[in-house]
Amino acid sequence: MEDFLSEFPELSRETLRFIKKGFDASYRAFSREYGDAIEAVFDPVLYFLVWFEKLLQNSPWPIVLICFLAVIYFGSRKISVTIGSLFAFLLIGIFGMWEDTMSTVSIIGVCTMLSIGIGIPVGVLMAKSERAQRICTPILDVMQTMPSFVYLIPVVMLLGIGKIPGLLAVVIYAIPPIIRLTNLGIREVDKEVLEAADAFGANPRQKLFQVQLPLALPTIFAGINQTIMMALAMVVIASMIGVKGLGQPVLKAITNQYFAMGLFNGLAIVALAIIFDRVSQSFGHRIQQHRSGSRE
Amino acid sequence: MSEIKIQIKNLYKIFGKNPKSALEQVKDGVNKDELLEKHNHVLGLKDINLDIKEKSIQVVMGLSGSGKSTLIRHINRLIEPTDGSVVVDGEDVLKMNDESLRNFRRTKTAMVFQRFALLPHKTVLENTLFGLHIQKVDEKEANTRARRWIDRVGLSGYEEKYPQHLSGGMQQRVGLARALTNDGEILLMDEAFSALDPLIRKDMQDILLELQDELHKTVVFITHDLDEALKIGDRIAILKDGIMDQEGIPADILLSPKTQYVKDFVEDVNRARVIKAKHIMSKLNGQDRDNAMFVDQDDFIDRFIDKVISDKPSCLIVKNKNNDEIGYLSTKRLSEILKR
Repeated sequence: MEDFLSEFPELSRETLRFIKKGFDASYRAFSREYGDAIEAVFDPVLYFLVWFEKLLQNSPWPIVLICFLAVIYFGSRKISVTIGSLFAFLLIGIFGMWEDTMSTVSIIGVCTMLSIGIGIPVGVLMAKSERAQRICTPILDVMQTMPSFVYLIPVVMLLGIGKIPGLLAVVIYAIPPIIRLTNLGIREVDKEVLEAADAFGANPRQKLFQVQLPLALPTIFAGINQTIMMALAMVVIASMIGVKGLGQPVLKAITNQYFAMGLFNGLAIVALAIIFDRVSQSFGHRIQQHRSGSRE
Repeated sequence: MSEIKIQIKNLYKIFGKNPKSALEQVKDGVNKDELLEKHNHVLGLKDINLDIKEKSIQVVMGLSGSGKSTLIRHINRLIEPTDGSVVVDGEDVLKMNDESLRNFRRTKTAMVFQRFALLPHKTVLENTLFGLHIQKVDEKEANTRARRWIDRVGLSGYEEKYPQHLSGGMQQRVGLARALTNDGEILLMDEAFSALDPLIRKDMQDILLELQDELHKTVVFITHDLDEALKIGDRIAILKDGIMDQEGIPADILLSPKTQYVKDFVEDVNRARVIKAKHIMSKLNGQDRDNAMFVDQDDFIDRFIDKVISDKPSCLIVKNKNNDEIGYLSTKRLSEILKR
C-alpha cells in the first residue's frame, strides 16, 4: 500500500520498451514502404525551391538587390524602409553573408507561399464549418506547442536530411497563425453586411469572394506577417537537418563557440525579419486604408 | 382595390433548441414570459396575419424586441419561420429551393438596413452595383443604371468615394440607391432611417415619399417611431411582444386604438397633422352650401383649421381631385376629434 502511494504505478520497463520499439518499428516500416512515394509528391516543390535559390544566388547581385528594393518600395511605399533595407543588404554583402542570405530568403519565400496556399483554404473551411473548427483547433494547438525537434524526428525518418524535410518543418511551425487568423477574420465579418449579401441573392461563392475574404483581408494579412516571422525563427532549427542559409553558420558558431560569427549571422536574420515585417505590415495597412477613412 | 402583393399567414417564429415542441405550447396558450422561464424558448412572432397591398407602403411598428425586424426578414426568408406561410405574388417563399430563393431575392426584393450594411472596401458606385453584379448583369448596363440612381438620391460626384468618407445620411442614400438599382418590386426597409439625425431622417422620408410617387413599389417599412409611421405609412401594423395588436390606416389607429398599448402609443400625437379630411368625413346628405367651406380630401386638418376658426363655416364639404363633392364634415365632429 505504501509503495502504491509513494511510487506512481507505472508500466513495467519491458512493456514500455515493447511499446516504443513496436511504434518505431512500424513507423520505420511505413517510411520504408512509402518514403519514396511521399518524397516524389514533394518533387515539384523541391524543383521550384532549388530553381528559386539558384536564381537568387547566380544572378548578378546588383540586379537582385535592385529587384528586392523595388519590391520593398512598392510593398511599403516608404522611402525610409527602402533606404534602411539597402544599407542592411549592403552590410550583409560586405560581411560575406550574401549567399547564405539568398538561401534563407528563398526558403522563407517558398514556405510563405506554401503556408498561404494551404493556410487560407483551411482557414476558410474552419470558418464555414463548426466541425472543421473542432477538428482543426487541437491539431493547430499541437503544431504550435510541440517542440519542433520532436516532429523533426519522424520527418527525417521519412524523408531523410535535406531541403524538403526542412521545408516541411518550417511550414508545420509557421502555418498555424495564418489558418487561425483567416478563420477569425471571416468569422468577424459584420453580420449585417453578410445579411445584405444574402438579401441581394449572393450565392456562397460570391459571398466568400466578394464579401468575406475582402473584409477579412486585414486580419489575414496579420496572419501572413506572423507566419513569415515564425518561418524566420525556424531557420536555425531547420539548418540542423540540412537546410542551407543563415542558420548553418549560426549552428556552426554554437558548436565551436565562435561568438562573432554567430552574432553577424544572427543580426542578418534580424535584419531580414525587420524588413519582412515592415513591408508586410505597411502593405497590410495600405490595403485597408479606405476603411479607416484616412485617405485624402 | 389593388391586389395583395405579400400575404403573411399564421406566421410563428420561436427561437430556441426545440422550436417545434415549443410551438405546441404556444398554440396551447403559453405566453412569452412563461415560455422563456419554463421552456427556455423565446417567442419571436405569434400568429401574424398580414396582407400587404401592391404599390403601398406598409409600416410595421413596435418597440425593440417586438419582433418587427424578425417579421420583415421572413418576407425574403433571411429567417426561417417555425410555422405559417409567406406568399408573394401567389408563390410560397418558404417552399422555394436555394436556387429559386436566390433568384427571388435578386429580382423581386431589395433591402435597406438600419446600419446601412455597405461594403467598406467598395466605392459608392461599386456598392450600388452590388445587386446587379451578383446577378451578372452586363457591366456597362449596370453602370448606367447604378449611376442613374446615385444621381436620383443626390449623390452625384461621390461615385468614387468609400462609404467611410460619407456621413450617416449619405451612407443610407447609398443603401437606398443600392436597393433601387436592383429594381425589385418589393422594397424592404428595416429601420432604414432610425440611425439618422432627426433632420436628415426627415429628408430621407421626403426622398422616399417622392420616389414612391413615381415608382409605386410595394414597400415594407419597419420603424419604432410613430411620427415616422404616420407620415409615410399607407397602412400601419403595430407589433407588441411578437403579437400584432392592430393593423389599419393611420387615421383608424389614431381614432380608434384597439388596445391599451396602442392607446398609450398614440396619446401624444398631434392629430391635426396626421388626419386628413377624407378620414373623418361623413356621407353627404343635403348639407347647406351657403356658408360652407370646401376642402380637399387629402388636406390635413392642420391645413384648414385656422380658416375654420376665422371663417366659422356651417360645415366643410370634402372634394376629391376631380372636384366632385364626396362627403362633409361638421365643425362639431372636427372639434371632437381635436379634443380627443
